[in-house]
Amino acid sequence: MKLPIYLDYNATTPVDPKVVEVMMPYFTESFGNAASRNHSFGWQVEKVVEDARDFIGQSIGAGGKEIVFTSGATESDNLAILGVADFYQKKGRHIISSPIEHKAVIDPCHALEQRGYEITFLDVDKDGSIDLKQLEESIREDTILVSLMAGNNEIGTLNPLKEIGKITRAKGVLFHTDATQGVGKIPIDVDEMNIDLLSMSAHKIYGPKGMGALYVRRKKPRVRLSPIMFGGGHERGMRSGTLNVTGIVGFAKALELSMDEMASEAERLTGMRQRLFDRLDSELDYIFLNGHPTERLPNNLNISFGYVEGESLMMGVSDLAVSSGSACTSSSLEPSYVLRALGVGDDLAHSSIRFGMGRYTTVEEVDYAADQIVIAVQRLREMSPLYEMVKEGVDLSTVQWSSH
Amino acid sequence: MAYSEKVIDHYSDPRNVGSLDKSDENVGTGLVGAPECGDVMKLQIQVDPVSKEIIDAKFKTFGCGSAIASSSLATEWVKGKSIDEAMSIQNTEIVEELSLPPVKIHCSVLAEDAIKAAISDYKSRNED
Repeated sequence: MKLPIYLDYNATTPVDPKVVEVMMPYFTESFGNAASRNHSFGWQVEKVVEDARDFIGQSIGAGGKEIVFTSGATESDNLAILGVADFYQKKGRHIISSPIEHKAVIDPCHALEQRGYEITFLDVDKDGSIDLKQLEESIREDTILVSLMAGNNEIGTLNPLKEIGKITRAKGVLFHTDATQGVGKIPIDVDEMNIDLLSMSAHKIYGPKGMGALYVRRKKPRVRLSPIMFGGGHERGMRSGTLNVTGIVGFAKALELSMDEMASEAERLTGMRQRLFDRLDSELDYIFLNGHPTERLPNNLNISFGYVEGESLMMGVSDLAVSSGSACTSSSLEPSYVLRALGVGDDLAHSSIRFGMGRYTTVEEVDYAADQIVIAVQRLREMSPLYEMVKEGVDLSTVQWSSH
Repeated sequence: MAYSEKVIDHYSDPRNVGSLDKSDENVGTGLVGAPECGDVMKLQIQVDPVSKEIIDAKFKTFGCGSAIASSSLATEWVKGKSIDEAMSIQNTEIVEELSLPPVKIHCSVLAEDAIKAAISDYKSRNED
């Protein structure tokens, strides 16, 4: 077993060597610009790009012509939200989303608020699930878009895409989903789920960073977008810029590998996720699962370790690469906004650790991680005044704290 | 974030972790911070009734590595000092000793507050 152990697959993944292999010739040999229509260098890569486009489209039940290549899911989210908002502004200026979306969705929504749009952020319950009835009731005459993610990057909770799509379609409102964490991990079919726009990213599925795509429905209904970048009119005018051929080739290959093993990998990772939780739960008290117990991404586990601060816990497990919702690990010095929206107290948000498992995670690594966490939590609890007080029977909510 | 060697040293090998009997009249207890802010420090001092010197100090801290290191260092520093000397310990000295970055200065402030709170608790119990 090699140390340190990478358990942050929700942040990014290593590029699969098979993906690197198919990308290589497009750096040096077939280096043409896919938009060069007048020579073989261009034709050659145009064909490869179109094949990749078709494959990526098919993998979510769409056509190749409905795929717009971007620099990643952040750009895809921005293009979907800002592009739809601008194009449909005569129809209305109301958008519905949720408070636990990725910042790449929330921040464009806030930017639109500054421009006079109205955003409704739905409530989420303690597991991070939305209320479909509230969604339905929130849709108004001037609502143009509903943006709800496939799977949450921090807590793993899945949204019921099919049920959401049923509602948005019936109401004649566009449905965008940020499926960055979902594509290649859970089955997604844009027709069956009535998804109109879908963001995806290559680097979460063992592809290269800086590569993403936005699915834009072409029929029933035909979705229109205003571009957010202007230039050579690539991607049917929706996203100008020379195509990232190596990235596109790598993205398609990465998706192919993920789709091939999706079912078996989901089962394997769900098993490891459960194993990790069970081991921690059997050896430690006061641990709390964040996110939905079953409706969650197969590879994501998020736990709050009561009375232990997340950053100090990460320091204690320096052989493990994990992430924390603690304020001390964020640049904003605020604890995770996702956990806060769930109603997890700030104390427990500071105590949260996210484990992301993936293709190269082994049972041996999971067991080692569990052991390391148990040792570190026990050690930190020995020096935790809160743990001591709780053990003495003090109700921490009744203590007069001196906030600072 | 990269931690200074001294922070790592105090984090891995914290000095004076534990608790003193808070009902003992020679013991002063300071509890500062709040769980929702991500750091709580409990610092206790034991004062010699005759010499008025701090003869022992213990801490327990819920917080990041820098908070643990700041309180560990604080217990080291107060031991052997008179109450007045301990009162004069400044957070800036802790910042300097541990090479804390700007985002961690509040950890040193909390440690200074914890020392002062412990002394004030001791004084209030030994007024006459």
